[in-house]
Amino acid sequence: MLQVNIQKKLGDFRLDVHFETGGGVLALLGASGCGKSVTLKCIAGLEKPDKGRIVLNDRVLFDSERRVDLPPQRRRVGYLFQNYALFPHMTAAENIAAGAPHLPPKERQAAVAEQIRAFHLEGLEKHRPHQLSGGQQQRLALARIMAGDPEVLLLDEPFSALDSYLKWQLELELMDTLKSFGGDVVFVSHDRDEVCRLCQSVCVLTDGTSEPQETVRRLMEAPGTVSAALLSGCKNYSRAERLDDHTVRCGDWGVTLRTAAEVPANVTAVGVRAHHIVPIAAGENDIPCTVVRVIEDAFSTVVMLATPGGNTGKSLLRLELDRGRWAALGGPDRLTVHIAPEQVMALTGGGV
Amino acid sequence: MDWYPLYNSLRIAVISAVIVFFTGIAAAYYIAKLPRLIKGALDVVLTLPLVLPPTVVGYLLLCLLGPRRTVGAWVLETFGARLTMQWWSAVFAVTVVVFPLMYRTARGAFESFDEDLARAGKTLGLSNSYIFWRIRMPCCRQGIIAGAVLSFARAIGEYGATSMVAGYTPGRTATVATEVYQLWRIGNDALALRWVLVNIAISAVVLLAVNLLERRR
Repeated sequence: MLQVNIQKKLGDFRLDVHFETGGGVLALLGASGCGKSVTLKCIAGLEKPDKGRIVLNDRVLFDSERRVDLPPQRRRVGYLFQNYALFPHMTAAENIAAGAPHLPPKERQAAVAEQIRAFHLEGLEKHRPHQLSGGQQQRLALARIMAGDPEVLLLDEPFSALDSYLKWQLELELMDTLKSFGGDVVFVSHDRDEVCRLCQSVCVLTDGTSEPQETVRRLMEAPGTVSAALLSGCKNYSRAERLDDHTVRCGDWGVTLRTAAEVPANVTAVGVRAHHIVPIAAGENDIPCTVVRVIEDAFSTVVMLATPGGNTGKSLLRLELDRGRWAALGGPDRLTVHIAPEQVMALTGGGV
Repeated sequence: MDWYPLYNSLRIAVISAVIVFFTGIAAAYYIAKLPRLIKGALDVVLTLPLVLPPTVVGYLLLCLLGPRRTVGAWVLETFGARLTMQWWSAVFAVTVVVFPLMYRTARGAFESFDEDLARAGKTLGLSNSYIFWRIRMPCCRQGIIAGAVLSFARAIGEYGATSMVAGYTPGRTATVATEVYQLWRIGNDALALRWVLVNIAISAVVLLAVNLLERRR
């Protein structure tokens, strides 16, 4: 178990992060520059927090009050860097051996052989990193980390440098690796799809501040805050006021909507996912709209709708439909859409 | 032909290049970690000998090492040795003049080093000295070797500061550079030309080595 509770000031930027992994893969999800990488560096001991405490499986790695600050060498934290950080002048086998400096030479050779097998690097032992493909490089970097038998694995956007086909392959491989790894994993990403596929719980970081962690599923169904909704891929937002427990006034859209979930007292906005808007009136939660633009995407049609609130900026609704389904509607100028009360997400926090 | 000037030039250049190799690397490594303001100031001071006329460096060195000056007088009193007008006095002069070349190239090499490699090394449990000698130095090898060879080439050709601090005494402090000047002054153009050709040959070989190293990069 990894418990992180740290604060750090970097110029005008304030990092204030709290989370706890309880087995499984925890995602740190946030836009770029929100402090994800600094958080990982603090856990690994490469950066020093100003205040706080980091505990890994009952071992205190950092505690500002008790003045504990273990050097990175003694933390047993496996860190997969964005560009893998393989040593370019060493062969694949030497790179893996460098990951087990504490072992006597004979055992180290055995550990290297074991990792070569585990990560399917047979025949590449004498190759240098630049002779390997992106996927092989990532496997080598993981093999090197595993040779040191770490207690926690930190993955810093491991797929950011790859094209989408290769990325998918690597993701499948990484899933297997993570399954066979017994310890905790912290996965840093800005991609909600990646997070959905690889992680069980998620902690959203906004401008250096972490939100309470939750399950990935819950983040997608009920993000809670505007920034979490943005990261979960929600595209439609309106400023909102609470009218009663299940009704909100959506200022930007000029309508009043019912919600299935209870509206929090401090609600600031509502969000609706583009594919949750239905182009058929249902008598309740209907919005009469005018079609502003129709954009053909690869496999779907994106329709921009002007609401009673106006025809610019946040007043627009974004509706996504299958191409065929839009064609079946016959390209109308006016369209009344329906949003089911279950799909209206009441949100708190700034950003809209 | 008396080969003493060549022998003297080479030993001065080798000793200076070795000193500059270690001090230049150490300076480049540690100064990079300092706060920006101190870094900028130190950088100017350490690079100054590169752009100052060597005679100015020689003058400043004499102010420090001369027999009636602070350091020079103290060494003369304590050890009974003069710091100037010896063959090894030229080492002081050449070291100061050549230092910026090594410092600058080493700094450039260190700056292009990917710090994530060092960070990765730390999280893998590798000691700081292992990371420096077995990761940072090999990755920066080409730049550092090129800097060392360039320093050596410049060390062989140093004239201004050497002639002021070590003077010209045939068979004692004469170097190739000072020999050429003396021979030309007394009108022995034929012998001067032979030394000139020797000097050109050595420098050309060294620069060729630098080019080969840089092409491999």
